Amino acid sequence: MTAAPQSKASLWIGRLVVGVVLLGAWEFTSGRFYNDFWISRPSAILARVGDLAASGDLWFNLQTTLEETLLGLAIGIVGGTAFGVALASSGRFSGWIYPYVMALYSLPKVALAPLFVVWFGIALPSKVAMVTSLVIFVAFYNAYEGVRNIDPDLLDMMKTYRANRAATLSWVVLPSIAVWVLTSIRLGIGLALIGSVIAELVGANRGIGYYITKSAGTLDTTGIFAGLFVIMIVAIALEAIVSAGERRLLRYR
Amino acid sequence: MIDGAPPMIALRDVRIAYGAGIRTTVAVERATFAVAAGEFVALVGPSGCGKSTLLKAIAGLVPVTSGELIVDGTAVRGVPERVGMVFQNDALLPWKTVRENVRLPLALRGLGREEADAEVRRLLAIVQLEGFESFYPRALSGGMRKRVALARALAYDPATFLMDEPFGPLDALTRMRIGREFLAIWERVGKSVVFVTHDVEEAIALADRVLVMSARPGRIKAEYAIDLPRPRDYEEIRFAPRFHELQREIWHALTGETALSETVDAS
Repeated sequence: MTAAPQSKASLWIGRLVVGVVLLGAWEFTSGRFYNDFWISRPSAILARVGDLAASGDLWFNLQTTLEETLLGLAIGIVGGTAFGVALASSGRFSGWIYPYVMALYSLPKVALAPLFVVWFGIALPSKVAMVTSLVIFVAFYNAYEGVRNIDPDLLDMMKTYRANRAATLSWVVLPSIAVWVLTSIRLGIGLALIGSVIAELVGANRGIGYYITKSAGTLDTTGIFAGLFVIMIVAIALEAIVSAGERRLLRYR
Repeated sequence: MIDGAPPMIALRDVRIAYGAGIRTTVAVERATFAVAAGEFVALVGPSGCGKSTLLKAIAGLVPVTSGELIVDGTAVRGVPERVGMVFQNDALLPWKTVRENVRLPLALRGLGREEADAEVRRLLAIVQLEGFESFYPRALSGGMRKRVALARALAYDPATFLMDEPFGPLDALTRMRIGREFLAIWERVGKSVVFVTHDVEEAIALADRVLVMSARPGRIKAEYAIDLPRPRDYEEIRFAPRFHELQREIWHALTGETALSETVDAS
């Protein structure tokens, strides 16, 4: 598993080479060996993103999708983590409630999308509900496992100092599960984008997911790929933000 | 020992058992002893004899199955007041700096920032850790982490220290140095101590009294008053003739037990 250590420069050059080769092969073969109607081509996709940016459509749709994603992500992470911590520290209640959480988790959340539209309409709330329903379980499980993995000596130590619940939470529990919460956020970013796009596919009049469906409706593969490209950039950007936060938060390691 | 004064800790027929039915494990059986105010008592015994469990019971972390356990005049129910525990593995918060770790008991008591910081500086000076305030535990050696844990226990200002093999994971030399420092600190503050260890020499060098526990289920099977003069030189005392006598007696008490339990296991 362990590779020989490599310099930062060679790592990035290697990554660049892989990217250029893959995209170059796509660009070269598309339209030559098969009709570029099927998978478009990188240059056309970039040009489309450029057009969308120039016309303002990109910002209009992106803003909508980002709102849904970030709002749902925030509610899901905070709610799931709070619930996970509460249940893991609730003693016997945890045994009563846990199987039901498991049952809910096993539901295919995608099938809930139409239900959310019935409940909340096609505006922001139904999209946020969809995103939250995907993210909240990941946050719950990570927090639950995180609490159960806290060093018992640290909890005993807090007890011997007669610390109350709030103090134990802020001095021991939350810092202990920080790593787990960061993992929740990492996984949650991907899920949140999936959730918002799916919700937009089901019923929307704006957003990147809406743009993708609209493009699919007119058999515009370049439009579909342009939408996917934007989603990918958003995921990478959010991931970079989390990594920066992680470096700050886990400085002590 | 002060005759007539009520003991700081008193146990009578304490029994500690885990589990239920046929799967019950008895960790401690009929433990009876007392620790006077300001007395240093060491508890030695083979691994797994329940000495750590007994200590945790005194700290209120493990419930007593039957018997009487009184700390500072009150029957133990939950964690008693003014009892400071030092754990085998430091139990420092890895995400807090040395300063914050030592400040913990002060913050829990609601002490203001400035006051607490001044107290932390004073305590770090006692354990000779000035200049390391903003280090994270990870960056410290085992001996230094131990001293941070000691400073934190001192910050809590307990009437009784409960110490669970506190110098256990350290190398021999560091162990010696931290033991000497701890002895010097204790001789100054004069608090009651219950000190769990499997190191007989350490127990004799530190304690006023050594209790020997039997293999599981742990009972107090012998008691030795350590009549060595104080203040003691933690290293030199080990060459005193009386030290060797005590060492031999306590070793006999311990190894006799081990040999016995081995034959029982083999049968």
